[in-house]
Amino acid sequence: MTNSMNGKLKGVIVALLSVILGLVMGAVIMLVSGHDPIAGYSAMIQGSFGDLSYFGETLRQSTPLILTALAFAVASTAGFFNIGIEGQSLLGWLGAVWCALAFPDLPKFILLPACLIVGALFGAFWAGIAGMLKAFFNTSEVIITIMLNYIALYLSNFVIRDIITDGKDATPIIPDAASLRSPGLEQLTDYSRLHYGIIIAVLMCVIVWILMQKTTTGYELRAVGMNPFASQYAGMSTKRNIILAMVISGALAGLGGTMEGLGTFKNIFTQNSLPGLGFNGMAVSLLGGGNPFGIIAAGVLFGALKTGGLLMPTEAGVPEELVDIVIALIIFFVGASYLITYLLDKLPAKKNALKEGGE
Amino acid sequence: MKKRSLIGLLALGVGVSMTLVACGGNKDKDSSKDKGGSDSKYAAAIVTDVGGVDDKSFNQSAWEGLQEWGKENDLERGKGGFDYFQSNTDADYMNNLNNAVKQGYTTVFGVGYKLTDAISEVAGQRQDTNFVIIDSVVEDRDNVASVLFKDQEASFLAGIAAAKTSESKKIGFVGGMEGEVIGRFEAGFLAGVKAVDPSIKVDVVYAEAFDAPEKGQQIAAAMYNNGVDVIFHASGATGNGVFSEAKDIMKNDPSKKVWVIGVDRDQEEEGKYDGGNVTLTSTLKGVGATVKDIANRSKDGKFPGGEVISYGLKEEAIDLTEGNLTEDVQKAVDEYREKIISGDIEVPDKP
Repeated sequence: MTNSMNGKLKGVIVALLSVILGLVMGAVIMLVSGHDPIAGYSAMIQGSFGDLSYFGETLRQSTPLILTALAFAVASTAGFFNIGIEGQSLLGWLGAVWCALAFPDLPKFILLPACLIVGALFGAFWAGIAGMLKAFFNTSEVIITIMLNYIALYLSNFVIRDIITDGKDATPIIPDAASLRSPGLEQLTDYSRLHYGIIIAVLMCVIVWILMQKTTTGYELRAVGMNPFASQYAGMSTKRNIILAMVISGALAGLGGTMEGLGTFKNIFTQNSLPGLGFNGMAVSLLGGGNPFGIIAAGVLFGALKTGGLLMPTEAGVPEELVDIVIALIIFFVGASYLITYLLDKLPAKKNALKEGGE
Repeated sequence: MKKRSLIGLLALGVGVSMTLVACGGNKDKDSSKDKGGSDSKYAAAIVTDVGGVDDKSFNQSAWEGLQEWGKENDLERGKGGFDYFQSNTDADYMNNLNNAVKQGYTTVFGVGYKLTDAISEVAGQRQDTNFVIIDSVVEDRDNVASVLFKDQEASFLAGIAAAKTSESKKIGFVGGMEGEVIGRFEAGFLAGVKAVDPSIKVDVVYAEAFDAPEKGQQIAAAMYNNGVDVIFHASGATGNGVFSEAKDIMKNDPSKKVWVIGVDRDQEEEGKYDGGNVTLTSTLKGVGATVKDIANRSKDGKFPGGEVISYGLKEEAIDLTEGNLTEDVQKAVDEYREKIISGDIEVPDKP
């Protein structure tokens, strides 16, 4: 018990240290390039938590990231590296908007849930393809999902341009009945785009936590992740669990994209390149240690970095590229958390060794 | 024991970061004051699309226009003067527009059709600020001026120049993203080529990106390999790859002759290499001049809110540069320019 408590505490401290180290390195880089880190970071804080409208945007930015991070966490608990969240979320976005535009006259209490479900299903279907291939042919899910990302990108551009619209590069705005936005929230936060999606995201965190920790299904998924051979020997179906893990992961990713479709943009448009929901979600998941509640905190942090970063160039003269470097540095230190863990372990040991030597 | 050292390490981390940040603060405290800008009631800002102000094309010429406006009006960059807000993703448009309004800019330009929905929404909420959307139309907003360019007319002239110059009778068109806006370029260009010689084949490829030079380069390589000798690109920063490929070819084999037609601003500079220039000509889009013009009108209290302003060859807002056109070709271009201005030729705007 104490051990696991200590482990959790350590996880939190490693995450915090990663962020701090990232920020410090960011400050160093700002200094070296002749910018004022204090002005830079104050602009960032101002731009993310400075007033209600900024705070609303921060939460809005973090909403899809929390969901895509959950998607990554579920898959990786079951032992998969789902790099296809990007494509799954884009298709979820497409599905939700498509559904909303197809049935504009339905009342809100039917249309909105239907759109959410369609979005999740689109994502689940796309991830399911990779899951099936993995389960039955043992193909590498990494390669398959990377490729599926590109297919999803061009497929969605095609659908937008040639099926939903007639040669346009953006769909019309979805009917209000399908929108997650609320005039109340917008007024409360001085016209930010904060929408009800944040509630869905937090709710999904709780549901995923219960699913993974408190149910047999979750237990099986975790067992397969730890040792597929042992769990098969214990009578669990590896195939079933592989597909299940990918489908749940894809559904969460699809829901993440749906947040953009029904909340942030209220439509979908052709994309130059993959929108980055998945890749940022992976970083959020890593920073949050794969724990649903850690993910919420990490998601808000990422939202703050991205939203606040926009104010840094004009308020403090720090180029926008530096903001991306700071974010990348934080991810780097999360990736290098092994080093931090190693230091944490070694430091006391060394001290003890010295003490013993002295005595 | 273990816990204590954990917390100790954390404290150390915080301590170090504080010290570093504090040091930084003292060192160049003044740099932030430089950004104060001038105090003025008329402040204008542009919000870029994802291409950014250094796209050597559309956004850049808007920013150049705004800088000129600032200089002419003795304004400084920063609050109360002029500035740009760069968008890294499509989600940033709204934030940047809102940030610009909050920082007190009275006229805010949205550069590019991608900002249409964002401007429409923000303009409805912030009615005291003047907004301008370039390359698109925002309807039913009295505080939004919409600026359209008849890109097809300049593209038509580019088509004339390409068809008259091409020796292989194969011409390429590289588009950014398929859609209404780039469709105007394609339609005009194709019509121009056809007007000279209907038998010329034009290879039309869309890169599906405005910010992917590597894709532009790939497409250009394939086209030049197939015998195409003139490529017109309407693809923002993606087109930089087309220039790189053309320059590579010319450097490796100077006996070949390949050309690129630039877009939106004079891209002569991008085509330079040791021993020559691959930029045949460029279509000019007076984005900068328009930005300047509307910023001035707004300053004088004559903001054309709610209006759709259309700029074409006639208004001298768009044109084709002389570039490296031969005399004959230039003459043909001039003839067609007159015909378009006089209305003898109606250039199609859809492919």
